[in-house]
Amino acid sequence: MSEVKTRVESDLISLKHPDERGYYGEFGGAYIPEMLFANVEQLRLIYQEVIDDPAFQAEYKSLLRDFVGRPSPLYLAKRLSEIYGTNVWLKREDLNHTGAHKINNTVGQILIAKRLGKKRIIAETGAGQHGVATATVCALMGLECFVYMGAVDIERQAPNVARMNMLGATVIPAESGSKTLKDATNEAIRDWINNAETTHYIIGSAIGPHPYPDMVTQLQAIVSEEISYQLTEQTGKEHPDYVVACVGGGSNAAGAFYHFLDDKRVKLILAEAAGKGIDSGHSAATSILGSKGIIHGCMTLLMQDPDGQIIEPYSLSAGLDYPGIGPLHANLITSGRAKVYAATDDEAMQAVFELSKVEGIIPALETAHALAILSRIGATKDEHVVVCLSGRGDKDLNTYMNYENIKDQVH
Amino acid sequence: MNKVRAKINEKQQRVLNVYFTAGHPTLDGIPNIAEGLQEAGVDLIELGMPYSDPLADGLTIQKSSEVALKNGMNLKHLFDQVKQATSSIEIPIILMGYYNQLIQFGMDRFLDMATTAGVSGLIIPDLPMFEYEAKFQKTFEDRNLGMSFLISPMTSDERIMQAGKLSSGFLYMVSQSSITGKTQDISQEQLAYFDKVNNMGVEAPRLIGFGIHNNETFETACKYSNGAIVGSSFIRALEKDASKAGIKTFVSSILNG
Ligand SMILES: Cc1ncc(COP(=O)(O)O)c(C=O)c1O
Repeated sequence: MSEVKTRVESDLISLKHPDERGYYGEFGGAYIPEMLFANVEQLRLIYQEVIDDPAFQAEYKSLLRDFVGRPSPLYLAKRLSEIYGTNVWLKREDLNHTGAHKINNTVGQILIAKRLGKKRIIAETGAGQHGVATATVCALMGLECFVYMGAVDIERQAPNVARMNMLGATVIPAESGSKTLKDATNEAIRDWINNAETTHYIIGSAIGPHPYPDMVTQLQAIVSEEISYQLTEQTGKEHPDYVVACVGGGSNAAGAFYHFLDDKRVKLILAEAAGKGIDSGHSAATSILGSKGIIHGCMTLLMQDPDGQIIEPYSLSAGLDYPGIGPLHANLITSGRAKVYAATDDEAMQAVFELSKVEGIIPALETAHALAILSRIGATKDEHVVVCLSGRGDKDLNTYMNYENIKDQVH
Repeated sequence: MNKVRAKINEKQQRVLNVYFTAGHPTLDGIPNIAEGLQEAGVDLIELGMPYSDPLADGLTIQKSSEVALKNGMNLKHLFDQVKQATSSIEIPIILMGYYNQLIQFGMDRFLDMATTAGVSGLIIPDLPMFEYEAKFQKTFEDRNLGMSFLISPMTSDERIMQAGKLSSGFLYMVSQSSITGKTQDISQEQLAYFDKVNNMGVEAPRLIGFGIHNNETFETACKYSNGAIVGSSFIRALEKDASKAGIKTFVSSILNG
């Protein structure tokens, strides 16, 4: 027997990639109307070949370095570490160009869209970070850009709407349902059906029909690739003991976990949004409130009623206000590989103010959910906890300034 | 043979399939609308199971689904209403809905209740063909449920043949790459696609849907297939007048101009 395992063989036992049809265990796949089949199939057939192409990698990596500003630092937060009695490392995705991890994915996908010869780009956005990241790469490449955003989110993330406009994108309000991320995603999918031949849809999280969850995960994997060597450089340690990330659809978590997925020594922790509280009826805690079903083209965990009607979620944070979770994560959670904690709006807000005061970093509200659960994970003094600091708080300043007035509202 | 296929085989040409959303405009309107459609000369009824997130549907059907859900429509009530309807009409009723609705309700329970209520066929646009083949084809055939798969202008020839083979009801030809509810004229490109499929020797009979909204588009569709499906324009008509007389006027405008 040869000592070197082939890719296929090693993937069979790996949690990193889905099978050929896009399943992570029982989650994933592609549940889409026929009008999208040709597009999704075209993408499925080429995505891995493109990502593995050295010319693609060279262009992707050089843009990540010179345009995005990678590698992002891995920073030991000393005062936070004292508070939580462990070593807390912050993976500074907030320092990326446009202020969050979202740009890693859009840089990769715009290069793929160009290979496909697509001239028109669409995206959905919740917090506006993915919308800004998409508008940015479209400006960079001279492609037309349309971003769907829930009407509620347009209001609560006004600075990002202004940014998208400046970058030349058209922001289209989604007025259906709860007027948030789920509805923006529905509208983007409908646009794609109507413009299938000309358009590439840059999905902003590790969700959607296969190959999107895997493609987005691979394009975010740079985060854990860097964590891996940065931690070794700074501590001599081979691996972190914990990696913690907030989860909306799951792209920053997928990126921060990727290189550690098959290394059982690393505990993987997800922080989801409890909103006003898990049992309050105003929550987005999908792993607890959800059950298996289909949302946006994939089999996963989602919040739904007994008739399969999707329940409108709630979180003060627009980027976590989503009733589903990526299929990779659904598999990690149900198999016990990842553990989930939920943080309420209030707990996240306290974490925002804490990080600002003790470390001089104002985080995004989404990110704050990951910080808010640090006291609960059980990390000890000698252990090393890496938190994916997925984004900066500039876009949330209005919420931060007005929290006392708005905290009793739901949407 | 299932009732859907039998009806199309019997009629062969100018088959008219009319769609409406269960629970819209009123919660308990299904029997009356179904009777109205039969009396007006419609051949098949496609009943939409209202869904919170209908990805393939335009504004008209989205709004009708929202209204239906607000009216309190759910699957149990839908089956009760369908049972009432099928006791007084003989034309087949086909249910159209999203796969998640069936999964969550429980596939076996769903199929049991559908069969008991007298449902003759199903359309589930986001159910992959391979999953149907592996998991459900046999049950559907045992229960005499006619299944219909969709094809679009972007569907490859190989897939068209496969969809034709698996469609025990009819092959649902989506007239254009779009969501439901468009009201343009039929373009040259669409005609070329209709013509191509017409000459492929597909196993199942074919109905053309999406964008069929008046006599002109109905006649064109019938030239290239066994008939057509009308949806959004009927929903708009129901919003104005859901009486049997109103339904008759609408159906006549499609059949006769
Ligand atoms: C800063 C930040 N973190 C996290 C998220 C959540 O998305 P995901 O779970 O895909 O990382 C968002 C989404 O908008 C975001 O802007």
